[in-house]
Amino acid sequence: MSEPLKVAMPKGRIFEEAIELLRQADFALPSEFDDSRKLIIEAPDANMRFILAKPMDVPTYVEHGVADIGVAGKDTMIEEERDVYEVLDLNISECYMAVAGLPGYEKTDINPKVASKYPNLATQYFKEQGEQVEIIKLNGSIEIAPLVGLADRIVDIVSSGQTLKENGLVELEKMVSITSRLIVNPVSYRMKDTRIDDMVERLARVVEEDDA
Amino acid sequence: MSQPFMFEKPIGMRDTLPAYYQTKRSVRDQMEEEIGSWGYLPIETPALEYYDTVGHASAILDQQLFKLLDQQGNTLVLRPDMTAPIARVAASSLKDHTFPLRLSYHTNVFRAQQREGGRPAEFEQMGVELVGDDTASADGEMIALMIDALKAAGLKDFQIAVGHIGYVNALLLDVVGNEERAGTLRRFLYEKNYVGFKHHVESLNLSSIDEKRLLGLLKLRGGSEKLNEAEELVYNGDAAKALDNLRQLWDVLEGYGVTDHIKLDFNLVMHMSYYTGVVFEGYGSRLGFPLSSGGRYDELLQKFNRPAQATGFGIRLDLLVEALGQTKQQPQQTCILFSKERRKEAIEEAKQQREQGKRVVLQDLQGVGNVDEWSEAFSEVISFIDNKKGDSNE
Repeated sequence: MSEPLKVAMPKGRIFEEAIELLRQADFALPSEFDDSRKLIIEAPDANMRFILAKPMDVPTYVEHGVADIGVAGKDTMIEEERDVYEVLDLNISECYMAVAGLPGYEKTDINPKVASKYPNLATQYFKEQGEQVEIIKLNGSIEIAPLVGLADRIVDIVSSGQTLKENGLVELEKMVSITSRLIVNPVSYRMKDTRIDDMVERLARVVEEDDA
Repeated sequence: MSQPFMFEKPIGMRDTLPAYYQTKRSVRDQMEEEIGSWGYLPIETPALEYYDTVGHASAILDQQLFKLLDQQGNTLVLRPDMTAPIARVAASSLKDHTFPLRLSYHTNVFRAQQREGGRPAEFEQMGVELVGDDTASADGEMIALMIDALKAAGLKDFQIAVGHIGYVNALLLDVVGNEERAGTLRRFLYEKNYVGFKHHVESLNLSSIDEKRLLGLLKLRGGSEKLNEAEELVYNGDAAKALDNLRQLWDVLEGYGVTDHIKLDFNLVMHMSYYTGVVFEGYGSRLGFPLSSGGRYDELLQKFNRPAQATGFGIRLDLLVEALGQTKQQPQQTCILFSKERRKEAIEEAKQQREQGKRVVLQDLQGVGNVDEWSEAFSEVISFIDNKKGDSNE
């Protein structure tokens, strides 16, 4: 038997949803993965190995080829600009990037600051808007920034809007909608083309059925 | 910036220590011999070139060039590739040489520092350029020679993807009507963003036939059967010509008996504007990055005022060595240890052994601190030590 296909995925919800898609596409995956603390999970029946990574790191594992395939949010793809193939929109974990701030926010000319976990994406966006801002990189709990005066706006992922509301922030601009994508390492895409094409085709069928 | 530690090097710069050097050299020698046997003549060009000539003509993006100023204030670049310098030479020093011209090189090239590990700013590249030949035979020769060079280096499990930028351009232009819109779609392919390509195609409100043609392009990946599928998508002369070119190329590759290593991939777009025809990229199973690439660049030579068709390829030696995955054993060495009373004898012995082709280190005993540790590195230790002191182990 050939060596297992290595699949990098973020832990948590995206993993669950992606595994469910694979099951629907008739990959022989166990009904449950028990040890939730393991970072590498074998699925011998499907001849796959899952590498559980931080969401932002998935494209890195795939670019370097230590994972053949990955499931990554479009947000991380834009932010990281890795040299990988983006072959399929899995239509899971739907959300969008948005600019948010305190209610009644008015644009200021005095060194406007924007806090974000996505400095590249945010920089690119404001550049396209022709607005000059200073970006402050944070690693999480971005909503705090406007509340304590670190920045006057934030750029972050919004799914239900609940987190913003709970922190007294409002959405100011929708930027781009985000879904999870199937990404492939350029070398694996050639060297393991039969298996990868098969996987992409089967997943595409499931995703299209779900759409219909 | 703070003062660097004494051991530090600029980002992306690497040392080549003996074991790695040996490995790299043996790989290089094997490939060079193969390339030489195909009649390619090696050349060297300077590390520094003008930004306005080579820097500008090169396929490497501006932000990836190392730039500096000379004393007259001209902007110089550290050569980012060898194709542009060779084009310069072919159009100037070798301008009276009849085409086709077959040249080869192995040299270090420079790309401005990248943000993280795994991306050296200086690396060794080996390759060839075939200038002044527009035939499919020439394209085929490039791919066949690249395969032979990789094989000569000892690479076993590898694939070459082959595409044709002329086909892509003609198909896109035919469907969307103008160069700007075609460029948008081409950029998605260049960025390997097939999802973005699909979404963009769907947003264009094309007829269902045209939409199918564009989405069909993404499926053109596989063996020679894809040539027929590709034919169904084209209605215009340029695309048909490109396709005909690819069919001939396939014939050539069959002639060389290398099609087992080849997969067609019509979506292969390695550069936004540089290449003009057949393009190809090589991959080994043990490394996540492409090892080699090449293609036809018929518009480069005219930038140096000698218009000519040309094609070539380059192999990343650093990546190839990584993909081969083994370091070459250091050749065996003998050590002759001597005390100064018997130095003459020792020198004589070393001379004789060297003449027999052995590698001999001649070492004065007094210069060594720990003799046991020192001796461990050698396959054989011969001592010429003054007997009177009674410490000879001869």
